[in-house]
Amino acid sequence: MPLAKHILWRVILGFITLFFASVLIFMMTNLLPGDPARAILGPRATPEKLAILREELGLDRPVAVRYAAWLGDISHGDLGTSLAGMQQPVTKVIGRRLYNSFLLVVLAAFVSVPLSMGIGAYTALKRDTKLDATATIATLTLSALPEFVIGIVLILLLSTQVLHILPPISRLDPFAPYLGQLDLFILPVMTLTLAVLPYIVRLLRASTIEVLESEYISMARLKGLPEPLVMRRHSLPNAVVPAIQGTAMQLAWLAGGIVVVEYLFAYPGIGSALVDAVSNRDYPVIQALSLILAATYVFLNLAADILTILITPRLRTGMR
Amino acid sequence: MSDVVLSVKGLRVELEASGADIDDEVEFTIHSGEVLGLVGESASGKTTAATALLVHQRRGAVVAGGEVVIKGRDILSLSPVELRKVRGGLASYVPQDPSMSLNPALRIGTQLREILEVHGFGASDAERAERIREMMAEVLLPGDRQFLRRYPHQLSGGQQQRVAVAMAFACRPSLIILDEPTTGLDVTTQAHVLRTVKDLARTYGVAALYVTHDLAVVANLADRIAVMYAGRLVEVGPRDALFRGAHHPYTRRLLASVPDLAGKYALRGIPGRAPLPGKRPPGCSFADRCDYTEPRCIEAFPPYEGPEEHRVRCWRWEEIARLSLQNDFVPRRACDASRGATGPVVSAKGVRAFYGTTEALHGVDLEVRPGCCVALVGESGSGKTTLARAIAGIHPGKVEGEIRLGDHELKRDARHRPKADRQAIQYIFQSPYGSLNPRRSIGQILEPPLRTFFDLSRSEKEDRMVEALEMVTLDGSLLGVYPDQLSGGERQRVAIARALVAKPTVLICDEVTSSLDVSVQASIVELLVKLIDETGVAMIFVTHHLPLVRTLAQEVTVMNVGEIVETGTVDAVLADPQAEYTRNLLADTPDVDRTPF
Repeated sequence: MPLAKHILWRVILGFITLFFASVLIFMMTNLLPGDPARAILGPRATPEKLAILREELGLDRPVAVRYAAWLGDISHGDLGTSLAGMQQPVTKVIGRRLYNSFLLVVLAAFVSVPLSMGIGAYTALKRDTKLDATATIATLTLSALPEFVIGIVLILLLSTQVLHILPPISRLDPFAPYLGQLDLFILPVMTLTLAVLPYIVRLLRASTIEVLESEYISMARLKGLPEPLVMRRHSLPNAVVPAIQGTAMQLAWLAGGIVVVEYLFAYPGIGSALVDAVSNRDYPVIQALSLILAATYVFLNLAADILTILITPRLRTGMR
Repeated sequence: MSDVVLSVKGLRVELEASGADIDDEVEFTIHSGEVLGLVGESASGKTTAATALLVHQRRGAVVAGGEVVIKGRDILSLSPVELRKVRGGLASYVPQDPSMSLNPALRIGTQLREILEVHGFGASDAERAERIREMMAEVLLPGDRQFLRRYPHQLSGGQQQRVAVAMAFACRPSLIILDEPTTGLDVTTQAHVLRTVKDLARTYGVAALYVTHDLAVVANLADRIAVMYAGRLVEVGPRDALFRGAHHPYTRRLLASVPDLAGKYALRGIPGRAPLPGKRPPGCSFADRCDYTEPRCIEAFPPYEGPEEHRVRCWRWEEIARLSLQNDFVPRRACDASRGATGPVVSAKGVRAFYGTTEALHGVDLEVRPGCCVALVGESGSGKTTLARAIAGIHPGKVEGEIRLGDHELKRDARHRPKADRQAIQYIFQSPYGSLNPRRSIGQILEPPLRTFFDLSRSEKEDRMVEALEMVTLDGSLLGVYPDQLSGGERQRVAIARALVAKPTVLICDEVTSSLDVSVQASIVELLVKLIDETGVAMIFVTHHLPLVRTLAQEVTVMNVGEIVETGTVDAVLADPQAEYTRNLLADTPDVDRTPF
């Protein structure tokens, strides 16, 4: 079946993209000024000690050989050993944090996507009214603000200056169940939601307006269908399609954008892990996290492509 | 007479922003089982008037007055909920373009079922399913589950329109509004759809309003015809009375611009254009294009006059009604047999053309002599445009066979042809909206061929451009104007002028009139005839519309699925077609009956 073949081909393309990303990541981290051995031993290390450690770390081998070894290890699920602190396996260093960040992104996605699509569709329906104008100004203002500004404003409003209803920092207790710490998620999720919302709202507003002007919507109304049915059955499935790619881009951005937001709320995720790793010159961790972020981008775009095909009858049946 | 189903009085539709009238003083009635044809050219307000009957308007327009009564119910005063019950239930709508009006994301079964569901038709799902099967059978489509599970794009244009017709008849409405439902369909498919609509309306006693720009389409279908011009009805009367003795000058000129299949009359366009909303004069809006204008026409718009069954809005209608229609018709000139005595200027032999690996043309021959017009006629997918493009060297796929210009063979791809060959063959495209760059002035559009093919000074170039514009009866002062300031007909004239500045020996016209109104189409055909006479250019005229061929071409080549079906002189082929395909095509082509004269 060509549809399966098409998806397989996209997956292969995704892996090729990831391969190039891995080359870039490896080269960039190796070209960074500074040397892991020096970073570990500190500024007063003797050249002899440095040489020994370099040999231990395999830094004396050619870059291509090291890249091949790294890639080989990754394919076995081995992300290498952290150079900092206890020299634990990278998987262990980032494992819990990865889970925390994943949780944050998924929560933010589950709140922001339906909410912004709903607002987008509704403002399209109420096009050129006061409500629409207000929503337009609000979303434009929001999209002009960087996410850390949004976060700070939220902290000022809800946790410090005006109201004191939410904790200003979100230091999760890894040993207690997360369900009991839900209040810690609210501010980071709100910040991320407000950061991606404007773009998706504008996307869906535009695509819904286009759909509402279409002849098949006129036809649905001339058939006497009630307005909620026209929106739900006739408009939304068609309006969502052009917004899928943009939404995927926004979610991919979310995955990267959490670096700043996590730092702001002291949330123990990959964002703060990445900040630590960079300051420690912990190359294996930097490489692993960068690759994971790249994989997220590739995966989300792939998912968007496949979803677009699956919910567009013309594309789906055209593949058969 | 049977009972009145629809009665419209003083209907006015305005543009919300300016209050300018799109439609005004629209009045007509339709009885059960009767088909009324509402005929008008583009921007006449006919579609706006039709959808206003269901209180549906495009953005920015609003029903500003009048009365619409369907089966005793005053539609304009209904609440939204009551109105919804009327739409699709008491009165239904068949859209212009089913490929745009069926939801691409929903199966056709879903779209058929929902209209029954919202109108509470049938007591159970089983009853509704039965009704759908019944309707599909009426429009001659399979009603099985597999077919109903298809999406609109998996249906042909004709099948899509049948689904739309089935949907419209599903809840047994009293009134059905058809908005140019056959535009864009092939004549054969169009004939089938028209027959279906007529049969269903008769069988179930449904009143039908059939909106169209093409008088010929309603000639066999409608019982009565209403003619609309610039937002007002100018004449409403029984079909035969109207066709054989139209009272309004506009109706008469419109009739004269409908191509005559029988070939007695030449096409005659209507110069000028209809005034748009907001620019309509206080007097008769046809006055500036009319041959019978007198001072009172400019002062006030005439009221409806004449007997109840044949009403007309013209101050001089009684006088005009007595005049013979011949006044407005010009007899067609016979074909000049002496033409084409010399050898062909362009010829194709055994031409095969491909799209990818699919062969679209299966070895066809064509010859065109100087001063002669060959019409390439066929339905969509016949390969007529492919052949024209292969000759012009702009077919995007592989081309095999021999294409000659005069004494030498042409390269396949126009980009590889020498300058002289490219200059000799000029191509005019179907849509003047797509073929003129909106960011270039008319002068900038006409200049490139001059620059490429000739070595001329600035003033010489300008002279040539003005000369070309004058040949297409446009004013030389248009050089600085941009395409969006021109009407469709004017744009097509510019496209023709662009071909003419190159001084071609062969002119290829690809469906050049199909996006234009009939009155404009007629003027363009008049122009092309004049150009052949004056310049002796050879022409290949590609069209799907057989009657057009009569006025213009000396020879006709009929094509079907990539092959030539029949070729010969126009008179011979149309009077006595040899191929069955041509006979069917002729039979399906709607024509206006001009019997009495």
